[in-house]
Amino acid sequence: MAFTAPKESYAGKVYSVTIGTGDKAATIGGENVLSFHSFEGETPNRPLVAFEIQDVPPTDWPENVRKVFDGVSDDPVKWAKYCQDELKAKAIALRLVGTHPDRENRSAEDAAKTVREVLAAISVPLIILGSNHAEKDSSVLIAAAEAAKDKNCIIGKAQEANYKTIAAAAMANNHKLIAMSELDINLSKQLNILITQMGFDKERIITDPMCSALGYGLEYTYSVMERIRLAALTQNDQTMQQPLLADVGMYVWKVKESQAPESDLPQWGAAEERGILWEAETATALLIAGAELLIMRHPRAAAAVESVIEELV
Amino acid sequence: MLIIGEKLSIIAKRVREAMMAKDKGPIQEIATRQWKEGSGIIDANIGPAEDGGEDLMQWMVTTIQEVVPLPVCLDTTNFSAIEAGLKVHNNQWGKALINSTSNDPERFPILELGAKYNCDVIGLTVGNRGLPADADERAAIAAEIMGRAMEYGLPLENLYLDPLVLQIATTQDQARHVIEAVKLFQHINEPPMKTVVGLSNISNGCPKALRPILNKHLFVLLMDAGLTAAIADAKEMAEVMEEKQLILDVYHGKEIEDKQKMSEIKKTLDVILGNTLYAHSYLEM
Repeated sequence: MAFTAPKESYAGKVYSVTIGTGDKAATIGGENVLSFHSFEGETPNRPLVAFEIQDVPPTDWPENVRKVFDGVSDDPVKWAKYCQDELKAKAIALRLVGTHPDRENRSAEDAAKTVREVLAAISVPLIILGSNHAEKDSSVLIAAAEAAKDKNCIIGKAQEANYKTIAAAAMANNHKLIAMSELDINLSKQLNILITQMGFDKERIITDPMCSALGYGLEYTYSVMERIRLAALTQNDQTMQQPLLADVGMYVWKVKESQAPESDLPQWGAAEERGILWEAETATALLIAGAELLIMRHPRAAAAVESVIEELV
Repeated sequence: MLIIGEKLSIIAKRVREAMMAKDKGPIQEIATRQWKEGSGIIDANIGPAEDGGEDLMQWMVTTIQEVVPLPVCLDTTNFSAIEAGLKVHNNQWGKALINSTSNDPERFPILELGAKYNCDVIGLTVGNRGLPADADERAAIAAEIMGRAMEYGLPLENLYLDPLVLQIATTQDQARHVIEAVKLFQHINEPPMKTVVGLSNISNGCPKALRPILNKHLFVLLMDAGLTAAIADAKEMAEVMEEKQLILDVYHGKEIEDKQKMSEIKKTLDVILGNTLYAHSYLEM
């Protein structure tokens, strides 16, 4: 008797979300199966890797990832163009970290100007991130959302403390929205409900259950992502059917393993390779857990993840 | 169903202040109210009570039993405070109940007290290795506690097994394991073991308006599973009796006339049984 591979079928489906405009617009989600289970159902869209850039020079990034962008990272426009034109980025994530009160404390107006300039220079979709300061993000992301009006960006991150203003700004300017909660599936669902209760379309949300790096709680992120996806597919939970974000680079490039020099820890091997691997491994794990959108820093880590995606789709 | 009135707990500000000031008024008022509302035992939760626990427990027991003809549930981790309470407990109104022993060796002396004073003991089915994962683990721990009870001379009919209700907001899938455990516990002995839960922990951390709804639905499911006793709000549980049949009808797949009520019951049963993911606004979806 011939072997028949068992197939799961699911009740629910992940929403398809398109970002950007024109030829370079990208769509993520849309599958009705677990990640890469194309043998069981539809997987119409590939996961998307966005390259992370900042509004201010990446002085806080470790040398091994910072040096890749030497000569361009002093200017977000040059940096964005470099990622798009040279590194063939399919999306850019602009983190307005310079607006954080403990950093350069740039104003909302300055941030809006950066957004306008970057958008004018690139044709791939843009993800606009605040500095993760709940209060400051409210004003910065309102200005940024207005500056990017009708460019179909992703704005984020809306959290429990500030979702109202950020969601309103995303809605008024026709953007998608990242809803972030802190490694708690029930609060993630709750935040999605609260945002949709404002009249925000549930199919325009990207869920960020909060990332963590390999060795620093990755299994928690993995588990929450997997449970969100299972609720979406097996329970047909319409509040949990958004594509998932893995904001990988920021979490990976601050852990010891991605930065400790080989001279200090020779048994850990070459620092540069190690950092790249750490980012690629973290991202790959989260791809398998269900992430459709990854924000990454090192081009070689991003390339490694792209080749994994290529093999698995 | 035996209701162990939960309101005299050190966690409540008014009760804590009365305990500290040894002010009988609020304690007796709350105890009396719970008795009138249908409690069969009054819980006296004095917390860890490391200093002066003996005096405090004796004062609680006598203060309660001065006005209420019911036994008291001695609820503390302080061993000598329990023994002090047992010495003054008026058994004319029923056996005292100790809350609690577990499968942690540090808690075994409680069984000895239970045997010595011929009172009832709650056996919480946790060990010293963290929380049980499911009903089977709870039953395995229950069997060990039962063995230990016999070793210490406590008759099994004096033991109430407690599967440990956890918060639905953080450990949602445990609710169905608790219901399953209550069923299992009754199968591991003949006559069936008695069971008890700390009911309202299910809704700890949930919005205030949701709490009675979750408490009541879990209560009905546990009653249906054969639960013997619950540490609970007697008033809330008296109200359940009006809704019990509706909840059970929906649970068994029947349509009920009030569609709004039906939707509330269905959604609540679904989160308790793990069919949908819990969120604070689950009723609004």
